[in-house]
Amino acid sequence: MAIFVDESTRLVVQGLTGSQGRFHGFRNRAYGTNLVAGVTPGKGGTDLGGVPIFDTVSEAVEATGANTAMTFVPPAFAADGILEAAAAEGIRLIVAITEGIPAQDEARVYNYIQQTSRTPLIGPNCPGLISPGKCNVGITPGEITMAGPVGVVSRSGTLTYQAIHELTMRGLGQSTSVGIGGDPVPGTTFVDVLERFEADPETKAVVLIGEIGGSAEEEAADFIRENLSKPVIGYVAGFTAPPGKKMGHAGAIISGSSGTAAAKKEALENAGVTVVDDPTLIGEAVADRMRHLTSDV
Amino acid sequence: MDLFEYQGKELFARVGVKVPRGRMATTTAEAWSAAAELGGRVVVKAQVQVGGRGKAGGIKLAEGPDEAAARASEILGMDIKGHVVHRLWIEQASEIAAEYYASFTLDRAAKKHLALVSAKGGMDIEAVAAESPEALARLHIDPVIGLTNWQASELVYRAGLDRATARKSAAALRSLYDAFVSLDCDLVEVNPLILTGEGEILALDAKVTLDSNAFFRHPDFESFREAFTVDPIEAMARERDLNFIKLDGSVGIIGNGAGLVMSTLDLVSLVGGSASNFLDVGGGAGEETMKSALEVLTHDPSVRVVLINIFGGITRCDQVTGGIIEAARILDLPWPLVVRLDGTNAEQARVMLAEVASDRIVPAATMREAAEKAVALAGEG
Repeated sequence: MAIFVDESTRLVVQGLTGSQGRFHGFRNRAYGTNLVAGVTPGKGGTDLGGVPIFDTVSEAVEATGANTAMTFVPPAFAADGILEAAAAEGIRLIVAITEGIPAQDEARVYNYIQQTSRTPLIGPNCPGLISPGKCNVGITPGEITMAGPVGVVSRSGTLTYQAIHELTMRGLGQSTSVGIGGDPVPGTTFVDVLERFEADPETKAVVLIGEIGGSAEEEAADFIRENLSKPVIGYVAGFTAPPGKKMGHAGAIISGSSGTAAAKKEALENAGVTVVDDPTLIGEAVADRMRHLTSDV
Repeated sequence: MDLFEYQGKELFARVGVKVPRGRMATTTAEAWSAAAELGGRVVVKAQVQVGGRGKAGGIKLAEGPDEAAARASEILGMDIKGHVVHRLWIEQASEIAAEYYASFTLDRAAKKHLALVSAKGGMDIEAVAAESPEALARLHIDPVIGLTNWQASELVYRAGLDRATARKSAAALRSLYDAFVSLDCDLVEVNPLILTGEGEILALDAKVTLDSNAFFRHPDFESFREAFTVDPIEAMARERDLNFIKLDGSVGIIGNGAGLVMSTLDLVSLVGGSASNFLDVGGGAGEETMKSALEVLTHDPSVRVVLINIFGGITRCDQVTGGIIEAARILDLPWPLVVRLDGTNAEQARVMLAEVASDRIVPAATMREAAEKAVALAGEG
């Protein structure tokens, strides 16, 4: 098992005919992902590298049985693209890679989907996700991954790769690695992903990569304390980041915390998470927690 | 992007949020003309992006143009918590019957808009929130629907604003919320929002943070940047689409992805050094981007060594390495480079690096090793 994507994933890429969509869509296919369709309005009926192109997502779903949509649409049109995918019956997961979508658009899209189809949305502004050996949807380099028992969830892109790399170097494979993205309104949060890792029998331990800003790590810590039976290893980036020019006070009043790396590390540690302060120590920390796991049994 | 008060008020006026009439001034002569044009009693306000300017003497009343010019000459050039005053906002003085606080922002945890309204405006609102939380009315707004009439009234009554003028306050809140949405703001905060002697509601201050991701909808917002004094190296980096922030140390950092770059800064600090900058070349950086990034750092005299940390996803390590080698050849780099690469095409990149490895180009196998080598070369730690 894995979470969100596996051998049953049938992928439609919105913007497959653009340069980014094409590069990564076909890279995913080369990895083994079942890429069944592309959508570009106006190019329906054509074919790209053996993949049929449709004018709309619903036509693509009807013709090919696509069940997962990946969005590579430019920021000005991305919100609309996500809504289109959410409206298409049969789409059970949307992965939005697009970076630079206005926060107001993200807030409207997220809430609208929650009130209508409730289709899970990963991203926007994320590297996507990969279940090694099964399916890659997004821009994660498949070569650095290996199949195994560690779930990875992260707000950062390249830092996710770094974490996967450290695990693979130590022979610790991954069940699924999910990049939830660093935008203010992520479609999927740490908590959503942790919930799925907890329920996934193949996942034995979880690596959580956070960064400064917001309160997602603090919410993850509360969830872990109450609900997670599996060991969690954490890393938070941004201890030495310059404090942003914070003008208004509303943000601090809402979160009740400063959103600093130190506060996040403390919250995670209080929830029983092993937090390393050097990403190159992630592999070792996971190996250590998993050793204890086996010796307990 | 955080705006100055005068820029926020200019936007407010444009979308129908009521503000006192005012003019921007950068010299005492301009301050005199502004006061003359506005007529009557005016307020001379320092334009700095830091709180507490009133206490620091950055806000003064003036009766007429001569006094306004005198106050302007005192305030211009003043240092308020490290911010030098280059601009003034001269506006008609308002008769204040009550001071409120109002803000609209995104509650990231709830994923909804959040309104905060209080009858205790004109003071430190974080202190109000901490000491008397009941004085701060909070209400979540569904971004799909927007702030409704009943919610605006609810906020007015719950916050304890003056009941006789409740309709006007509610209308003011709605127009502020409309500004927040239509101008694509991350934050709109007004403290104080005042009730005047005549029963009008006016925004006496404006803290507006614009979402630069939405500038494609508001192409004119780019021009607000001209008012900000930016570090010349930061300006150069922006022209090249590089995400650069100047810091205090001596280890130059170039990496791909904000998370990885932040992590590199942390690691440099952990092994006893300090970074001279944050520089994210972003996804898919090739030879040109890497050359461009290195060239930007040559303009920073505080750099003593540069650590390049790349994890290739979209980015191809061989292309990055090509750019590094090319830059080292043509730019006569004044400092050594420590290079760590992993991910897409890293094997080829390492072979390329090994061929040119020297005391000027130092390969490192891991992030940790790279940080240690860089800090040693910088003479820190």
